[in-house]
Amino acid sequence: MSSALVPPLGPAEIPSSVRTSERLRSVMQAAGMLPVLVLLAVGFHFFGGHRFLSGQNLSIVAQQAAINVVLSAGMTFVILTGGIDLSVGSTLAFSAMGGLMVSLVPGLGWLAIPACLGAGLLIGLLNGSLVAGLKIPPFIVTLGTLTAVRGLARLMGEDRTIFNPSLSYAWIGNDGIPVTSTLVIPWLAVIALVVIVACWFVLRRTVLGVHIYAVGGNPAAARLAGINVPAVLMFVYALSGLLAGLGGVMSSARLYAANGLQLGQSYELDAIAAVILGGTSFVGGIGSVWGTLVGGLMIAVLSNGLILIGVSDIWQFIIKGLVIIIAVALDRFRQPAART
Amino acid sequence: MAADGAAPAMSAEHARPVLEMFGISKSFPGVKALQNVQLAAYAGEVLALMGENGAGKSTLMKILSGAYVADPGGEIRIDGQPVKLGNPAAARAAGIAIIYQELALAPNLTVAENIHLGSELGRAGLIDRVAMNEACRPLLERLGTPFRPQTLVATLSVAEQQLVEIARALYRRAHILVLDEPTTALSARETDRLFALIRQLRAEGIALIYISHRMAEIDELADRVAVLRDGTYVGMLEKQEISSASIVRMMVGRDLSGFYVKQRGVRPVFGPPVLEVDGLTDGARVQPSSFTLHRGEVLGIAGLVGAGRTELARLIFGADPHPSGRIRLDGKTIEIRSPREALDAGIAYLTEDRKALGLFLDMSCAGNINMGVIGRDAHGGVLDNRRGRSRASGAFSMLKVRAASTLVSVGGLSGGNQQKVLLGRLLETGPKVLILDEPTRGVDIGAKSEIYRLIGDLAAKGLGIIVISSEMAEIVGICDRVLVMREGVITGEVGGPDRPDITQEAIMAYAAGVAA
Repeated sequence: MSSALVPPLGPAEIPSSVRTSERLRSVMQAAGMLPVLVLLAVGFHFFGGHRFLSGQNLSIVAQQAAINVVLSAGMTFVILTGGIDLSVGSTLAFSAMGGLMVSLVPGLGWLAIPACLGAGLLIGLLNGSLVAGLKIPPFIVTLGTLTAVRGLARLMGEDRTIFNPSLSYAWIGNDGIPVTSTLVIPWLAVIALVVIVACWFVLRRTVLGVHIYAVGGNPAAARLAGINVPAVLMFVYALSGLLAGLGGVMSSARLYAANGLQLGQSYELDAIAAVILGGTSFVGGIGSVWGTLVGGLMIAVLSNGLILIGVSDIWQFIIKGLVIIIAVALDRFRQPAART
Repeated sequence: MAADGAAPAMSAEHARPVLEMFGISKSFPGVKALQNVQLAAYAGEVLALMGENGAGKSTLMKILSGAYVADPGGEIRIDGQPVKLGNPAAARAAGIAIIYQELALAPNLTVAENIHLGSELGRAGLIDRVAMNEACRPLLERLGTPFRPQTLVATLSVAEQQLVEIARALYRRAHILVLDEPTTALSARETDRLFALIRQLRAEGIALIYISHRMAEIDELADRVAVLRDGTYVGMLEKQEISSASIVRMMVGRDLSGFYVKQRGVRPVFGPPVLEVDGLTDGARVQPSSFTLHRGEVLGIAGLVGAGRTELARLIFGADPHPSGRIRLDGKTIEIRSPREALDAGIAYLTEDRKALGLFLDMSCAGNINMGVIGRDAHGGVLDNRRGRSRASGAFSMLKVRAASTLVSVGGLSGGNQQKVLLGRLLETGPKVLILDEPTRGVDIGAKSEIYRLIGDLAAKGLGIIVISSEMAEIVGICDRVLVMREGVITGEVGGPDRPDITQEAIMAYAAGVAA
């Protein structure tokens, strides 16, 4: 019987010891970097003169984290499909420039936010059609748009800072929901949280979300399962662009100004770092937007905390870089068969 | 034909074999891939090694190349001396070289650099390209190669790259050369040139072991033919005994048990045509092909690996574009441009490579089962996960999937259970036509018989089922009618009205191209 030649591929029943460790690992996976985040926060609190965990400082941390969290949320979608979007920093600058220019046109101030979002969406659609339509590798496409869109942003303002002291939507960047007389929840943080919840909903509770995980997990199988792979790719790049546009709204609102050269420089790297810290697999198919939120908060906590305990700017860079590498190394340890 | 277990006959011109393998067995967990196999090869001969897919040829050659270690008890002798071939380096040192179908060259390096790969000439870590070029030039001239040592391998044709591999083997003083289906990717003229080289090497005293499915090549080249079947050594044919008929008989000669669902001798009554394929071609690997599948029929597509069976199935399923040809489903011509359109029309396809092209290994069984129909679980885009879970439970009990729950990830299951999960996904789409490509590959025997029973049940419910399989016994055992493909063409049909009965001999004859 030739069937006897076929090697069996493992027992049908999983031994209980394996299952226990599997369960432990899934708990650790769900918790992710959260324990590290808590540890960092507590550490900074005690080594930074008990200032870190004050309501006021936490509200500052939330504000600092907000823009990166929004960009990283979009980046999570892209990385879940096995791609990358390097253009988000430039797109943020481009859309902020567009928004501010529109805000300065008398009578059209209300169009500023739609202009920001539209500009971001436009770049995202461009990335998406190059990746999904022409099948150019995402790294190359978005490396190109990273550079070209940065140039566009500079061109728009003739390489000068555009300033609007009476920006109609500046409240987004500077106000918040008062909780007590000293504690205010910044609108920026609220927006970031809403984005995270919406992204979680799309990823976990919609057909589109399942298709995103499928495309990232096995694109060939996804196609044979009847999934419209190009449409899924188009969506994730468009969403990443749209959220970069939202980032443009948030940062211009905060600054009353935009500068095509400086705004959003290397934001894409922080966004990628947040996604990776959040445990999303770099080859796609595995990850969650909650992890990304934790990753984004870790980066903000590090920045803020290192300043509080008086670490110099130069050492902040070195430490942040090392933390990213160590965190991902821990992650590999956590999931032995990790595909990061 | 020599009887089982008999030592190969010694001809006068062969003094003693350069290679002898005795009592070679190889077990994988729970399975014997080779059982007490023997083989002997003489200097200056071409020994053909034949057998069906899965007969154990590759396992035996992997033992010879040191990629696998044989079970204790056997012995391998080179020039009469026992050797241990525990790793590829030992096999190389013993003078054994294997040219695989997939060539193992670095395309970005030159011919000379490839020939010297791993043993570069030079001094103090500095490479001496001139010396390397000069060192292999005489050999290349002797082989009559059309390229120079400094030619970049990427610029060479497949046939020329094969020459580079042969040159590398000879440069390292190999005197036992194994060629694994070397003509698969060659044109007729390239094949002729390769044969001339093989004859030259034979005259120079190299022992050549030649693996091929093509009878014509065996007729032309082989001095002797060794046949394996189901991991055992069947026998040896001497030059004057070699004939296609005798080889086919030795390769397939086995009895069929009651393992298969279909009752032989009872010709079932089929419904109307459900799928009609007319002149379908991809313009390359599948020549215009036409056939009809009826409701309730299990239609086999047999043929050797590379005959174009999977390619034809992918055309029907819309996985690859077809520049011409028509597909009719239930009498209506339909246009299929993507797998989605095929699934929507009612055609489902089980891939032969479930891990690479079928499953999402990181996802749960439920996620995998629901993937094709997940749109049905949504209200206004929002998923109702309970419906998916209950559908998955239903599929689990219908297909008897053995797993802790529908929520465990499919990557941890056995091959048989993985295959059932994938089948579950297809069946949930409610197909009228089911195309199963190697449905029992890598599946344990229990799951295998369950899959056969499932195929029978589905056909009884009126589905049209196409089974592509390289396992002869399976094709003969479960199919009502069989198409045989060879080199992209449907060359024969057995089992239909006014056709020969379904026998392994009839199928093999069409598949190997010996029947008109």
